Amino acid sequence: MSILLEVKDLAKSYPQRVGFFRTRLFHALNPTSFILEKARTLAIMGANGSGKSTLAALISGAATPSSGEIFFAGERLIAGDYQQRAKHIRMVFQDADASLNPHLTIGKQLEEPLLFNTSLNSNQRRERIIATLQQVGLLGEHMVFYPQMMSTGQKQRASIARAIILKPDILVADEALATLDSSVRAQIINLLLDLQSKLGIAYIFISQSPEIVKHMADEVLIMQDGDVIERGTVADVFTNPQQDYTQKLLRSELSNNPTGSTVDTASLEK
Amino acid sequence: MLLDIRNLTISTETANGKVNVLDKVNLQISEGEIHTLVGESGSGKSLIARAIMGFLSNRWHVQADRLWFEDTDLLNLTPKQRREIIGVDIAMIFQDAKSYLDPNLTIGEQLKQAVLNQDLSGSFWQRRKERQQKVVSLLHRVGIKEHDAILNSYSYELSEGAAQKVMIASAIAHRPKLLIADEPTSTMEPATRQQIYRLLAQFHARYGMSILMISQDLGAIMQQTERLTMIYSGQVMENGSAEQLLRAPQHPYTEALLDTSLYRHAKMQPRSHLPTLAGAEPTLQHLPVGCRLGPRCSYARPACVKTPALQKYRGTQYACHFPLRIEEDES
Repeated sequence: MSILLEVKDLAKSYPQRVGFFRTRLFHALNPTSFILEKARTLAIMGANGSGKSTLAALISGAATPSSGEIFFAGERLIAGDYQQRAKHIRMVFQDADASLNPHLTIGKQLEEPLLFNTSLNSNQRRERIIATLQQVGLLGEHMVFYPQMMSTGQKQRASIARAIILKPDILVADEALATLDSSVRAQIINLLLDLQSKLGIAYIFISQSPEIVKHMADEVLIMQDGDVIERGTVADVFTNPQQDYTQKLLRSELSNNPTGSTVDTASLEK
Repeated sequence: MLLDIRNLTISTETANGKVNVLDKVNLQISEGEIHTLVGESGSGKSLIARAIMGFLSNRWHVQADRLWFEDTDLLNLTPKQRREIIGVDIAMIFQDAKSYLDPNLTIGEQLKQAVLNQDLSGSFWQRRKERQQKVVSLLHRVGIKEHDAILNSYSYELSEGAAQKVMIASAIAHRPKLLIADEPTSTMEPATRQQIYRLLAQFHARYGMSILMISQDLGAIMQQTERLTMIYSGQVMENGSAEQLLRAPQHPYTEALLDTSLYRHAKMQPRSHLPTLAGAEPTLQHLPVGCRLGPRCSYARPACVKTPALQKYRGTQYACHFPLRIEEDES
C-alpha cells in the first residue's frame, strides 16, 4: 500500500501568560510522527486535554503547527494553503447542529466548497450535490431543506456529505459519533464503513469509545498529555495493552456490560 | 408506591392543531429503587421529568389520571405547596451541569442557599458557622476533597465532572426521597461518567434514595439500574425489571436498542454492518397513528395502526400486538 499521509515531528505549543510580564509555552502536542495508508483507519484515543483534538486541527489545517511537517502523497502541505488541503483532507465535527449554518439550505452549504475549489458550472454542481446526498442516504430534495428541518441523524449525514463532496482522500472525524443516539450512531457507522469500501477514503478517527474504535479502526494511537504513549494495530493494543493508562482507558467502557461486576461503592469510600 | 403516574398525556398546540407529545404514559416507582427511562432524543422522556417537577410552561397541557408523589397530587398544587416538595423531597440534576449553575455566584454561595434553615439545629448566631460546615460536608460526601478551592470558584472554572458533583451535592442537601437525573453524564468522558454513576449508586445504597434516571443509551446504564421503562416518541413500549428486559425483550424497540448498544459492537466482527432501526424518529408534525414505532419496525403488520394496550407478562409490561417471545397459544 502507498503512503497517503506522513506526519513528521508535528508539534504545537501556545504561549501562556504567567504573571504580568512573563509568558510560558504550553505544549499541547509534543513532536509526533505517524503514517496513514490509503483506505485505512487510524484512531486516536485519549482523555480530555491529551492533545488529540489539537492533532486533528493541525492535520485539517485549522491550526498552524509550531514545528514539524505534514506530507500528503509525498507533497508537503503548507499551513494556510487551504485550496491545496481542502481537496484532500476534510473534517467532520462532533456537533452537527453547530457545524451547519442555520441560515443556508443544505444545497447552498454543499455548493460552497465546490464554488471555492472546483471549476464546475452550476448544472454540474447541482448534479454533484444530488449525487453526494444520495451517497450518504439522503434525497436530492434535501437540497432545499434548512438544517433545523432535519433530524440529528440527517444533519450528521449532511455534514458528512459536505466533507466528501470534494472527493477527499482523508476524512478527519473529531468525536463525530459521541452525541448521537445509539440507533443513529449505528446508522452512521454503517454509512462510514460503506463510504470507505466504495470510495477508498482513509479515516482519522478521534474517539473516546473503545467499542467504536475496535469496530472501525485498523491502527490506534493512545495519547496522554500531548504525547503518544502507545501505538499499534487495534488487535495488538486491545488484547495486550502495555501502559497502565491504556488499560484504564480501555477498561472504562469495555467493563460496562451486564455480565460484569456490579458497581462497587467501596472505591469511593476511601 | 413513591411515584405513581397513570395515563400522563402532555399536548401542545402546533400549526396543524393539537398534538399529544406524550401519549398515555404509565410510570410507577417504588421506594428505594433505581428506575431508568430509556428513549432516544426527542422521545419526550425529559418532558415526563419536567411534568413531575412542575417546570412546564403554559404552552404544554398536562393531563393525567394520576400524578401522585406519595399521597400528594402533583397536578393540583399551589406554588407554595409545590415549593415544600420540589427541592426538598424531589430533587433533580441535569445534563449540562455548568449551564444550570449561577455564573454570578461562587459555588460556596450557591451551596449555602441550598441549605435550608429547617436543616440547621443551632440558634441564629450559630447558623452561619453551621451552614458553612454543612456545605463542606456535602462536598466531602460527593467526593470532593479540596473543598476550599471549589467553594471559592465560579462555575466556569470547574470541570464538567466537578460541576455535576456540585449539582448532586446541592440536590442531596435535604436527603430527597426521589432524585431525578436527566442524562447527567451524556457529555462526559467515560472515566468521569463512571465516577458519577458510582456516586449515585452509593447514595442509593447508603440512604435508600430512589433514583429516576433518564438516559438515551441503554448500553451505558444497563448495569446501574433495577427497572427500565422504554419510551419511543412519547409512548411507553415496554417496562419491567432490567434483568428480564435485557435477557428476553418482548418489544421490537427494546431489542433494537440492545442491538445498537456499544457493548454489542465489541462482540461483533470488526467492520461488519451493525443492525439498526431504519429511518428516523418521526417529527411532531408527522406522528404516525397507532403504534408510533410502526413505520420503522421490521415486524409491523396492518394491525399496528391501532395503538396496542400495555399487556402484563411475568412481571413485565409491553405494548405490542406481536411480542417477540410469547407464542400465540400461550396467551
